[in-house]
Amino acid sequence: MSKQTHLTKELDHAVIRFAGDSGDGMQLTGGRFSETTAIIGNDLSTLPDYPAEIRAPAGTLAGVSAFQLHFGSVDIHTPGDRPDVLVAMNPAALKVHIKDLAPGGIIIINKNAFTEKYLKLAGYESNPLEDDSLIGNYTVYPVEMSKLVKNACESLDVPKKTVERTKNLMALGILFWMFNRPTEPTIRWLKEKFAKQPTIIEANIRALNAGYNYGSTTRILTTRYIVGKAKLPSGTYRNIHGNYATALGFVAAAERSGMSLFYGGYPITPASEILHTLSAWKQFGVKTFQAEDEIAGIASTIGAAYAGSLAVSATSGPGLALKAEALGLAVMAEIPLVIVNVMRGGPSTGLPTKMEQTDLLQALFGRNGEAPIPVIAAATPGDCFYASYEACRIAVKYMTPVLVLTDGYLANGSEPWRIPAAEDLPEFFPNFSPPDTGNGKFNPVKRDKKTQARPWAIPGTAGLEHRIGGLEKNYDTGEVCYDPDNHMKMVTARADRVKGITQDIDPLHVYGVEEGDLLVLSWGSTFGASRSAVSHLIKEEKSVAHAHLRWIHPLPKDLGDILSRYKTILIPEVNTGQLSLLIRATYPVNVKGYNQVRARPFKSQDIIDTINRQLD
Amino acid sequence: MGDKSMVNVKKLTRKDFSSDQMVRWCPGCGDYSILAQVQKTLPDIGVEKENIVFVSGIGCSSRFPYYMNTYGFHTIHGRAPAIASGVKIANPDLSVWIVTGDGDGLSIGGNHTIHILRRNIDVNILLFNNRIYGLTKGQYSPTSELGKVSKSTPMGSLDRPFNPPALALGSQATFVARAIDVDGKPLQSMIRRAQEHRGTSFLEIYQNCLIFNDGAYSHLTDKKTKEDTVLHLEHGKPMLFGKDKKKGVFLSKNTPKVVEIGEQWSESDILVHNEKDWIIASILSHFTYREDLPTPVGVLYAVDEPVYEDMMVDQISHAVSQNQKADLNSLLGSGDTWTVE
Ligand code: SF4
Repeated sequence: MSKQTHLTKELDHAVIRFAGDSGDGMQLTGGRFSETTAIIGNDLSTLPDYPAEIRAPAGTLAGVSAFQLHFGSVDIHTPGDRPDVLVAMNPAALKVHIKDLAPGGIIIINKNAFTEKYLKLAGYESNPLEDDSLIGNYTVYPVEMSKLVKNACESLDVPKKTVERTKNLMALGILFWMFNRPTEPTIRWLKEKFAKQPTIIEANIRALNAGYNYGSTTRILTTRYIVGKAKLPSGTYRNIHGNYATALGFVAAAERSGMSLFYGGYPITPASEILHTLSAWKQFGVKTFQAEDEIAGIASTIGAAYAGSLAVSATSGPGLALKAEALGLAVMAEIPLVIVNVMRGGPSTGLPTKMEQTDLLQALFGRNGEAPIPVIAAATPGDCFYASYEACRIAVKYMTPVLVLTDGYLANGSEPWRIPAAEDLPEFFPNFSPPDTGNGKFNPVKRDKKTQARPWAIPGTAGLEHRIGGLEKNYDTGEVCYDPDNHMKMVTARADRVKGITQDIDPLHVYGVEEGDLLVLSWGSTFGASRSAVSHLIKEEKSVAHAHLRWIHPLPKDLGDILSRYKTILIPEVNTGQLSLLIRATYPVNVKGYNQVRARPFKSQDIIDTINRQLD
Repeated sequence: MGDKSMVNVKKLTRKDFSSDQMVRWCPGCGDYSILAQVQKTLPDIGVEKENIVFVSGIGCSSRFPYYMNTYGFHTIHGRAPAIASGVKIANPDLSVWIVTGDGDGLSIGGNHTIHILRRNIDVNILLFNNRIYGLTKGQYSPTSELGKVSKSTPMGSLDRPFNPPALALGSQATFVARAIDVDGKPLQSMIRRAQEHRGTSFLEIYQNCLIFNDGAYSHLTDKKTKEDTVLHLEHGKPMLFGKDKKKGVFLSKNTPKVVEIGEQWSESDILVHNEKDWIIASILSHFTYREDLPTPVGVLYAVDEPVYEDMMVDQISHAVSQNQKADLNSLLGSGDTWTVE
């Protein structure tokens, strides 16, 4: 037989999904592949998908944890519709994820986990590696990962359990070989992470190499894939996750405004990483306060803002509900602060580790009384940085609480992010009132003409002693006032001040035809799927366009005009039509909603199909 | 704040601390007296007026900040301790006061009260305890006695009341004291002690609500009875009370009882107060609601423990000194990076 060489195939993008038991380290494996392929120069988007339970019983369907990544030499906006390659570390992982795999896709399997016990736990009546359910439909590579890592680590003095745990690195090695990715960044990373445990480093490196060599020497895998560099705008990049970007945006805002950052919050999935990240940045003077509950989280934030800090907090839907009353106080007392809601599946505890866009109306209206709050939503993991930064700037400039909406997908997902220079971020300053040494009575509601913001008179400033609170106040003096006309005036003034923020909002960018049959109007994390759907259809010369809202309250000034130029406005949302409701109530346009509440991000194909149905 | 130098502080008077707002409590309410004592005390604590902040929640007592010519924040029901925590952490130089009531601080805001106490943030809590809900017009409160007949409990309340000093001690409070609204001098001295203490000070003030719970404390304020019902605590002194100090507290196998000084008992048998002794404070706290024992007023407990915001400042200074080059650009560009030409 002649010596076989590997085939190579060029792809402009590929989707990989790693799936295994919660204890199999799939998030780590996916994360390492993403970091590596980012450094190589791919554009990418990731979607971690893990169960709410920390460790559901091993081998069960409930315990399956997965990580999907989409990378390419082309613009990547979504984590991909269907995986081309599925790594299944046990029968349960195969069972849960096989239905998503692209026809003819590749499956890499840890054969050693396909035991009678695990097959039964996954509900398989016969072994799919032996019956004909996979053959012909997919390319299946059963690899004895557990056995191979055992062999690789034979001479090492490490417990059996530890060796078994390295099998995810073996899988990663196979994928690195398959996609021509270097192992060095991961080796470097292992050495840093386990600096104090040299045998663990060694075991993991051996497993990684075993995987890589399995690809190159066994000739069982026939094809290697080449995915070239993406044509990203020039600059220095890093791979960034949404929650990290949010935290980074806060520190950047504090540094650029010269204010000290205070974060008061209560741990909640999927927002806690923002607290973790900020608590590790004490060298920037960041004060983090883990409060006793969600209410104390915002209450302490209000207190810190009142005292002159750049005060922020993050939570998820149920936490925002608990913060509602205090947000009303922040509206009434005109306290500048920023609250991030990392939206998850609801209602109630719902689906804590999954994403949804179901809190838009809660963010806009979920308070007693007329309590308008500006709302900005981040579009991508990297945009979480700019959304939180901009929220801080607006909060301080207009003396108002601001809500930032992100979601579980943005929070845990990642993408290459062009690192901005600090100097290029817009500067802003708190308008602290200077001390008053004369004896004139200080007027705490003497407003700025342009922004209608009250002066920020912080405790510790001589001569400005005054009282604020949650009771309605006189428009001119700030003193408690129950007069009906004054109340109407104040209700209007609060609304107008928020509306006035439109002067600070960039005009809406329209991608695609300037007028035509259909405009996709998206907000939040549906940006990616919408943009790839529209760009696909533009290539087919359809009369479509895409506009994306970052500010949802207030809406950009030019929105009405833009909407009026299309016959149909399609609004895709992972809710039952919350933005649709708002747009229909605000503009006389033909709105069609595309609404799926499956606690998963949209696939771009779903949006393409929906647009095509509308255009027919 | 207590150790702040008094040099350079212009001598202020009670008037400087009164705002121009009309006081709107019911005439005769115990709150008036408390307000007066606070206004009389503040000129002497050595803190500039602009560095004083009063934070309150909701209830009759929570209107307090409006009447003080300092910084004041009248917030929402029960949340004053959490808001005050943010104020103090943001600016540890401020003297932060929380004014709350038995409903505000122990019912709707109970969680925040216990947590601020355990953290030992350097603020002063003045808890006006009138054992009733005043502003919502007369429902029983978490300190109303069992069987309290009120608007919401026509046949008597069914829940056992909180014992505020015991609750505070159980929450790891480092300063627990009690005073009575109409007893001006002792109240003033407790306000001063609360201010001097570094850490969270918990001062329970018995306050008469003459509209909905009049006479709740009359046995402690009535000239005829008060000598026999009130025990004024003094650190290092035996716990004597009554006319001519002829009664005392004797600890018989861990059980406190009242004895008469005379043939059987002498002063040396009487329990000596020690503010730093948690066991004694705990015993004293359980005099509350007991008819056979006097009501202790004064400092039950005062110890020095690490203060939350001090430790936070230390951690930050440590992190700053370890990271001389902490600048925004290096943080933005941290981690694995790559360059696209
Ligand atoms: S209702 Fe009672 S507590 Fe409230 S102001 Fe009147 S007397 Fe004072």
